[in-house]
Formats: sequence, structure tokens, C-alpha cells
Amino acid sequence: MRFIIRRLGFFVVTLWAALTVNFFLPRLMPGNPATAMMARFHGRLSGQALRALEVAFGVNTQQSLLVQYVTYLRDCFTGQFGRSLTFFPDSVAQVVFQALPWTLGLVGVTTVIAFILGTLIGMIGAWGRGGWFDSILPPVFIVLSAFPYFWIALVAILIFGITLDWLPVGFGYTNGSAITFTWPFILDVLRHAILPAITIIITSIGGWILTMRNNMIMTLNEDYVRMARAKGLSSARIMFDYAGRNAILPNLSGFGMSLGFVVSGAILVEYVFSYPGVGYMMLQAVLNEDYPLMQTLFLFITLAVLLAILAVDVVTVLLDPRTRSAG
Amino acid sequence: MPDAVPDSAVTTDVILSVDDITVEYGTSANPARAVDQVSFQLARGEFLGIVGESGCGKSTLLFAIAQLLSPPAQLVGGTVSFKGRDMVGLTGEALRSLRWRDYSVVMQSAMNALNPVKTVAAQYDDAMRAHGVRQSAQIRARSREVLALVGIDAVHLKSYPHQLSGGMRQRVMIAMALLLSPDLIVMDEPTSALDVVAQRSLMVQVKELQRRLGFAVIFVTHDMSLVGHFSDRLAVMYAGRIVEIGPTRPLFANPQHPYTRGLLDSFPSIYGPKVPLKGIPGAPPDLSDLPSGCCFRPRCPDVMPRCAEIEPALYPAAEARVRCLLYETPSA
Amino acid sequence: MSAVGTLGRAILSNRKATAGAILLAICVFMALFPGLIAPGDPNAENFMPGQGPSAANWLGTTSYGQDIFAQFIWGARASMIIAVVAGLLSTVLSVLIGIAAGYLGGMADGVLSLVTDVFLVIPAFPLVVAIAAYSKSGGNGLIIAVLVITGWSYGARQLRAQVLSLRHREFLTAARLRGERSWRIIVSEILPNMTSLVVANFLGASVYAILTAAGLQFIGLGNVNVDSWGTMLYWAQNNEALQAGIPLWAIAPGLGIAVLGGAFALLNYAFDEISNPVLRPVRRTRRARRGS
Repeated sequence: MRFIIRRLGFFVVTLWAALTVNFFLPRLMPGNPATAMMARFHGRLSGQALRALEVAFGVNTQQSLLVQYVTYLRDCFTGQFGRSLTFFPDSVAQVVFQALPWTLGLVGVTTVIAFILGTLIGMIGAWGRGGWFDSILPPVFIVLSAFPYFWIALVAILIFGITLDWLPVGFGYTNGSAITFTWPFILDVLRHAILPAITIIITSIGGWILTMRNNMIMTLNEDYVRMARAKGLSSARIMFDYAGRNAILPNLSGFGMSLGFVVSGAILVEYVFSYPGVGYMMLQAVLNEDYPLMQTLFLFITLAVLLAILAVDVVTVLLDPRTRSAG
Repeated sequence: MPDAVPDSAVTTDVILSVDDITVEYGTSANPARAVDQVSFQLARGEFLGIVGESGCGKSTLLFAIAQLLSPPAQLVGGTVSFKGRDMVGLTGEALRSLRWRDYSVVMQSAMNALNPVKTVAAQYDDAMRAHGVRQSAQIRARSREVLALVGIDAVHLKSYPHQLSGGMRQRVMIAMALLLSPDLIVMDEPTSALDVVAQRSLMVQVKELQRRLGFAVIFVTHDMSLVGHFSDRLAVMYAGRIVEIGPTRPLFANPQHPYTRGLLDSFPSIYGPKVPLKGIPGAPPDLSDLPSGCCFRPRCPDVMPRCAEIEPALYPAAEARVRCLLYETPSA
Repeated sequence: MSAVGTLGRAILSNRKATAGAILLAICVFMALFPGLIAPGDPNAENFMPGQGPSAANWLGTTSYGQDIFAQFIWGARASMIIAVVAGLLSTVLSVLIGIAAGYLGGMADGVLSLVTDVFLVIPAFPLVVAIAAYSKSGGNGLIIAVLVITGWSYGARQLRAQVLSLRHREFLTAARLRGERSWRIIVSEILPNMTSLVVANFLGASVYAILTAAGLQFIGLGNVNVDSWGTMLYWAQNNEALQAGIPLWAIAPGLGIAVLGGAFALLNYAFDEISNPVLRPVRRTRRARRGS
């Protein structure tokens, strides 16, 4: 329990850090980017919305830095993130919440699939040592994990989208169709999700396979595994219950820590496929110098990563009794 | 070189017969021989101690007997016959069903040998289920029974290994070894991780259990004085070979091999006059580059020129068998 | 000199290390002597635009009439420089903070560890994108800077963990008892024991730098006028190279990045195996009989 509370504390600190980064970044950068951006909002916004933006970016305000900071924090907690330049007059919050489900669906699901599959393959691979599996596949996966995500995406588009014309090459759904929860629409969504999903899985699975394999090999040398053999337990039970359950623990914490990297790859995959998720929106915001949107997306991405890490921590506590008592 | 004289010390009711076991480490051109053609026999209910310096191959020998070697160690020769069956040839299901039921293992550090993420009860449970005991009530009852045998309260069945003290963990492991009433328990330095008081109390308990339940014990340790009190027979290992083997009391009173003498002289006696401590000069040899002839000769106080040319076999001497040219007898 | 010999032997004995070293050598050669392989100005728009591979242009031409092969060879330099410099600086920062945290302990460790963890968790790429977006003038210097800022934390954590495990060993107590000053202890006693981890960190940081830099350049946040593999991809994407029938414009630089990253990754993995023999591939021999 104390473990979880400590992690929650860390969670809060990190969130605060992200908010603070968001606050100070536009103010610290040379060339005063914020002023330039404000000029484009001019005439389109008034009153409270305009003031909120001014406070968030430190333009035209007579208030002290501290007051600005507090106001900014308050705005964030009440959900006032301003308006998006790219999708004017939609509010940033609207854009974000529209894009979020797409990313959670694509990136969230595929990352979990890649982790589970990769861990299983790594575990089984380590178990059958000495075969061709062990000599050939690790180098293949090592090199595969060095391929840029977006490049694999491009190759996939080239092969399956353009040359073979099997699958659509962009967007979350066929342009122009209504967003409804009908079966045809859902199938359409799935069809559009196949290529990006496969791209993410191919590039991220290698890492999981390799780390799990290495962990398993180290674990298989532990005395308690030898003891399990001595007890005459079946191979399956030893592999899962003794070696696997212990080998996966460092992998889990690694999973949490690597989520930042997964997110970066996912952003680029969304970009290449024009998939309407949070990552794609963020890059659009960057290219359009739409700072309010960009900042808020950064915040939400960070929040998502933190929540995922917290979830992983809960799973760790469930799997590892040592974390429960030590605290 | 095979032993010149078969192990005639054991005549009655042999349950384990080890013949010319050889274990090598590494697959390069120059592998290290951790165990070199070791042979001995074990009678039912007998307590055999195996002693030697660190790295002499005693733990490896133990794992070879228990069929628990893992790469880079490989069994490259010899047979192990347990209750009449050749174990080395066994694989898969046949070997699995023998395990724990006929012989079990106790390892050095219970902290490392017990699965950290499972409770004691769960670890007892899977051992029993793997060998045909299916009823939960039966499993629970037997678990309590073995814990009682080692003097641990049954409430600890729900504990995880890290929640128990070192001595308790060790007892939990010994209790686990008794679950299916095996005929042989193989112990690899089970007391090394404990303090002196806990050591003795554990040994007393093991000896008592052995008397009551009648299982044989092979006990590997570097602590000669400890095993000297509790064993029936003692085998001294050096550089992967047995250099002396025989009944314990006579061996202690009258060590034959120069190495055994050196070992015993290294232990000061609480009683008796103060004598200067003598160690054994030199260091244990590199197992992949052993001296020619007798491997102990660089450190032997009684070395002769012949020792460099001839590898000694085990010759009878006093009540033991000794691998030393001092006791050389013509081969029968 | 014997250290180099040992290193050489280690690399030759491990197949992954050999492969990685060869790939790396090829990339280094391309970066150092591009003029030898593809003489002339790679940005010269001398050829017919949009052509496939031919005798004159081994990889075809871009939409602007440039030789893709020349661009590919000359692009190696910028990509390598970013990788190595960012990797080095990142490692230096990791070493400083990680070792300080592990060795000093107490309050200093608490603060440093918290900072490390926060940097670790905040998703690097969005942060990098945000920073790069705010500063209008891109440029490889900025890319290196943001890579270092976001990349040091992982290594710092690992190094701290290792220092913690070394800290209580006797040889350090002995050094303290001899009266050696802290920084001297760190440099002469602790660091030599950590070289393998530091090297592994450098290799890992370089892979991270290569991939992230490529991503940044791909979306146009680098200096798009400097020839590098990432900017090649940017221009290729902007001109819809795939649809236009000149996919090699995008495929080639991507492969280059993959090869460079793969070289570092292979070396990293091999390094792991060399220092931890348990992980090496096992070859079963005929004589082996194992109980199972």
C-alpha cells in the first residue's frame, strides 16, 4: 500500500513538472514566439478567452509571474485550455477529447498486445535454448528495433496500400462517412487501423522479446528454478509459475519507463497514416504554430503515460508480494 | 583412472551407486573437469558427508547425482544407479516421477531456493500435486505434518519466503524435502547461511528426523567439524576427485591422506593444548590445467618423485580408501 | 595497447559484435569520405526529376532532379554526427548525475533521483517537439540539445543502481579508510568498475538519438536545408515519393538510419553478452546428456 501511495506522490510531482514546463517554455524561448501567435488570434477572440490565453502565455499582462502561474494552474484544473488555432473556433478541450479515443484505441491496445505477445515469445524462446530460435532471432529483432517506426509505416503503406492496394493508406475511417456506432462503420474503422496497428506491433515487439528473453535466461539460472526441476514439476509449470512470474517483474517496470518512447513512435505512426489521434493533432498543432493545442496535448499525453505507469505499478503489486510488505 | 578397489565398505542394502561420474564445464578445447570419475555407494539410512575446499566440485557432484546440472556443466561419463535404476539415461516423464518422491534436494540458501512470489503452502502444494496427490485436504494435512516435524507453526504456510527468518526458511526447505517421504535427501551446504547456533540446532533436527524416518543423506559442506559429528561416513574431495573415503570417527581420529590431515590440522581444538595452526600451502589447482600425476602434489608435504608420473587410484588404508601413492598396493 | 587487443578479440569472438562493428565501420566511412564514393554536390539538380534507378543514378532521382544515391552517401555525415555527439553528451550527463546520486546518498540522492525519474517519465518526443516548435530556427545544434535533455535520465538511473550496489563493497571502505577524497574515490575506484555499463549507455543513447533525430527531421523540425537522412525523408514525404513512383527516395535514408541504429544496437547487445556469459547463445554438443 505504501508503495502505491509513494507512486501517487511521484505522479503528482511529475504532473506538476509538466504543467510548469508548459508554463515556462514559451516564456523562455528566444524570439518571443507567443507574441507572434497572439497576433494571429487577434480579432477572433475577446473577453475571457483572450485573457486566459494571455495569462497562459504571458503576453500583454501586467500581472506578476506568480499570479500568472497560479491563474494558469487554475485554468488547467477547471478545463479551460483555450481555443485551437487550427480548428478555430473549436476549443482545445473539444479537439483533445475527440482525438483521445482514437489514440487510446490504436496505441493503447496495440502496445498492450505487443507487450503481452513479446513477453510470451521471449519467455518461450529463452526456454528452448540452443535451437536455431536462439541464434537467429535475437539479432533479427535487435536490428528490427532500430528501424524508425515511421519508416516501417512508409514501407507498409508502400507494399500493402499502394502496390497491392489491399488496405487504406490513411485516416481513421473513410472520408466523409458519418461517425456512428453501426457495424459497417466499426468494420471500416478496423480496416483503417490494421496497417498502423501492425506497424506499431512490429517495431515495438522486438524490444519486449529481447528483454524478456534476457530476463528469463537470468531467472532460469536462479536456485528456485533448479529447485522446481528437482521437485519434478512439469516444464510448463516451471516456465510460467517459477521462471516467468519472476522474470516478468523487471520487465513490467521497464514497460512503464519505456512508455515515453512508445508514445513518440506512435505519434509518428499517426502522422504518417494521418490517423486522427492525439499524436497527429499534436504535430498538426506544431506545424500550424497552434500553441494552446500543442501545450494541452503535451499535458494529456503526459497524463496518459503517468496513468499507464500507475496501472503497471498496481499490477506489479499484485504480482510481487515483496512490494506489499516492504513498502 | 578407475578405482583399484570397489567400494566394499558398503555391503548391505545399497540404494545409490555412483560409478565414474565425470562432469565438465565449457565446450571449448580445454574444458574444466569439475568432477573426475567419482565412485561411491550409499546404503539405506546412511549419512554420508562430502567435504572439501570451495571449488573442489562437491556441489557439482551433488547436482550430477540429482540430475540437476545445467549448461555450461555437462555430464560426460559414468552412471548413477538409484534403487537399481540407471538415472543418467532417464529423461522426461520417467525422471520426473522419480523426483521428490524417491529423492529430494535441500539447497544452500533458502532465500534463493524458494520462489519469492509464492507462499510456502503453494510451493508444498505444487510439489505434491505433481506427484499424484490431488485432494486439497490431504495436501493441507501433509503440509502441516512436515512443518510440525521441523518445529514450525502451521500459520506460516501462508507466509512468503521473505517474511521468514533465515533459520525458519531453512527448516521450511527441509520440511518440503520430506513431503513425499523420500529414501534419499541430498543437501548442499544447507547450514552455510546460518549462524553457529542455528547450524547446530538444524543439524540435530536433521539427524533426529533421519533416525525416525529412515532416509539416507548426502551432505555436502566445507565445514568438516560440523559434518564430523553427524555423519556415518565421510568423503573428502579435492580437484574433482575423492581423495579419501571411510567411516567418520576413524577418519577423524586417524586421517590417512595428506590433504585430509592438512584439513583437520586447520581446525583448532577447544580442548587440549594450544598448538600453532597449520594451513595447507599453495592454492587449489586450475581445473582445466591440472598437474600431471597426483593433482595434490604441489601442496603435499609428503610428496615423492613418483607422484609426478603416476596418478594414484583409491587404495585401502586403515578403515578408509585413500588416493595416495603412500598406500599404493598392486592392482588386484 | 593490450586493452585494444582484448577489445578486438572480444568483438571478433561474438558474431553480433562483428556484424555491428562492420556496419558501423561502413557508416563511418561514408561519413568521413563521402566524396570518394559519390563525388560532386549531392544537392545539384542536374538530372531528370522523378526517375527510377539507372546506370547514372543508382537509386534514381528526386522530384527536384537530384541524385538520390549521392544524397544518401552525403547524408550519412550529419546523421552520424548527431548520433555520436548527442550520445556522448547524454552519457556524460548520465554519468555525472547517476554516480553523484548513488554515491552521495541521502538528501542529495533523493533530489537527484526525483529529478531523474521526472525526466524519465515525461514523454520525451512530445517535449522535444514542443521545444523545437517554439524555437523557430531549427538546426542540428538544437536537435542535439533537446536529445541530450531528454535522453540522459535512463542511463542515470541504471548507473545509480550500479553505484549503489558497489558502494558497500569492501574496497571502497578501504579507500575511505585510507583517507582518499570522495571525488578521487569516484574516479579511480568506482568508475573503472562501471566502464561496461557506461559504454552500454553510450550505445543505447546513440540509438535513441538516431531514431529521435530522424523523427524530428522527418516532420521538418530540423534544418531542412542540411542534407541528412532525416531531412531526405522529410522532402520525400513532402513530395509524396511513394505515390509518385520513386519510393527509393524514402526507402534509402530509412534503411541508412536503420543500419546505423542497428549497428549500435547490435554492439550494445553483444556487449551485454560479452560481459555476462550466461546470455551467450548455447550450442548443444553431442556428448551432453542433461537430466531435465
